[in-house]
Amino acid sequence: MSNYIKLIALGLITLFAMIAANYARDLAYMVHALLIMVVAGGMFLWTLRRTDEPVPAATLATSYNDSVVRAGVIATAFWGVVGFLAGTFIAFQLAFPALNFDWSEGYANFGRLRPLHTSAVIFAFGGNALIATSFYIVQRTSAARLWGGNAAWFVFWGYNLFIVLAATGYLLGSTQSKEYAEPEWYIDLWLTIVWLVYLAVFLGTIIKRKEPHIYVANWFFLAFIVTVAMLHVFNNLSIPVSIWGSKSVQVFSGVQDAMVQWWYGHNAVGFFLTAGFLGMMYYFIPKQAERPVFSYKLSIIHFWALIFLYIWAGPHHLHYTALPDWASTLGMVFSIVLWMPSWGGMINGLMTLSGAWDKLRTDPVIRMMVISVGFYGMSTFEGPMMSIRAVNSLSHYTDWTIGHVHSGALGWNGMITFGALYFLVPKLWNRTGLYSLKLVSWHFWLATIGIILYAASMWVTGIMEGLMWREVDANGFLVNSFADTVDAKLPMYVVRGLGGVLFLAGSVIMCYNLWMTATRGPAVDADTAAAHATPAE
Amino acid sequence: METYSFLRELADSWGLLVLFAFFVGMVAWVFRPGSWAEHRDCANIPLRHDDKPALADEKEVRT
Repeated sequence: MSNYIKLIALGLITLFAMIAANYARDLAYMVHALLIMVVAGGMFLWTLRRTDEPVPAATLATSYNDSVVRAGVIATAFWGVVGFLAGTFIAFQLAFPALNFDWSEGYANFGRLRPLHTSAVIFAFGGNALIATSFYIVQRTSAARLWGGNAAWFVFWGYNLFIVLAATGYLLGSTQSKEYAEPEWYIDLWLTIVWLVYLAVFLGTIIKRKEPHIYVANWFFLAFIVTVAMLHVFNNLSIPVSIWGSKSVQVFSGVQDAMVQWWYGHNAVGFFLTAGFLGMMYYFIPKQAERPVFSYKLSIIHFWALIFLYIWAGPHHLHYTALPDWASTLGMVFSIVLWMPSWGGMINGLMTLSGAWDKLRTDPVIRMMVISVGFYGMSTFEGPMMSIRAVNSLSHYTDWTIGHVHSGALGWNGMITFGALYFLVPKLWNRTGLYSLKLVSWHFWLATIGIILYAASMWVTGIMEGLMWREVDANGFLVNSFADTVDAKLPMYVVRGLGGVLFLAGSVIMCYNLWMTATRGPAVDADTAAAHATPAE
Repeated sequence: METYSFLRELADSWGLLVLFAFFVGMVAWVFRPGSWAEHRDCANIPLRHDDKPALADEKEVRT
């Protein structure tokens, strides 16, 4: 019966997409309409072929739903490489503007590729990692199978469709010009639907849990899902100009719009890239170290302090603007206070290894997780410092900000995700261990050196350009023109690009290693890696 | 009073007090006597049920 409803819905969507493609007012909208037409039409046929066929006996609740996690792991690795490649390319575009080829102008110049890079790494790589790991973790820590049957698959495919729509939209110039929230109105609506289903699946699993207590990782994941839903809806309040076009007009305007944007933008960092990934930390580090978290009390205080403070920190993005002083001071104060729970969490993660520090020498996976927590600590110190008004007057609009973001994103989010992937793949594909620990070590060092090159060159160039911009001569005239600072930055831009190449190379090695783990099983290092797959009792 | 002024005054008076009280109460609750054993049990959640869910007739799985 449900198949008939599905067929009617898919048929209507296909028909609507056909009409939309016909009436489309801009190229991006037309491409998206055709894309949706193909996807919905394909699903219509796929469903039709299966309608009125005997339904196979439902999977018993005696196993976890890991197939969707496997798909998420593959998507994470794939989008990671795509995102890092795009980032490395645009880094070289900045160093060598000739890479903005004439023939690709308007499609693959820096301005079009930059949002593609940020969305690919944050939402495609990070988002798929969060969805996959949260589905894995919530099942294990609830001792229950994922709620909602195929709804989890809808979340996975729906989210990846959102990514494809967003990415193609950027290249074709469909954007609402909000940083990290560039997709236009219909893509925003689609993401809202997918996200609510995600919330339902996650919450449903928690509700039917067999463990009396909700493990702290799930608290972080839940905070991430709920807050991102709220942020997404408020920041994307817009009215489409036409139902047949991608352009929309924001409901908020002026300084209110700026404040909503950075309330969203900073909490995207706080809840997408921090709370969600802390959920990973609180599960995978204890698992990999085979010992419980250092202090469960600290983890609870960490959670509440983090969510109480983060939500107020956004205004520090708007120092010296039309935003009232009290609001930017509020943001600054909360950013500084935020340093404490952040370091509380870092200590909790690191101290989980107390009594097992020797594993750092033998297990490159745990080394990866530990350095990610180290980068978390570093960037959560740097961030509050940069939010101080006086420091911000030097750092804002410079490459220091970009360096800060990348030490957090590559170091913290990237490394903990790599660690999680190395943990998950042998488990999900029933292997006794990873194909090669040596390759993990290679990945670890390439990525670490890459991040150091990146962050160090951005500190140098950021502070340099900040100082050059404010330099005045004896008569009070500015000494440097903007182009002078651009000229002075070339060496650091090349170093930054090289850092990106190293990081990208590490991720390619990871993909090879994971592929070999999944297909060929454990090889040379099987014995030492066996520890991963031992069920903990 | 206009909405903005009302909300602003609420935020820096009762709103602040409620949030702060909740936070202090949470910390007190975490450190309440007798919480140690429960927290130790919670911390061990990831280390069980690695391969399959708890059985259907299992009401509580605490070890």
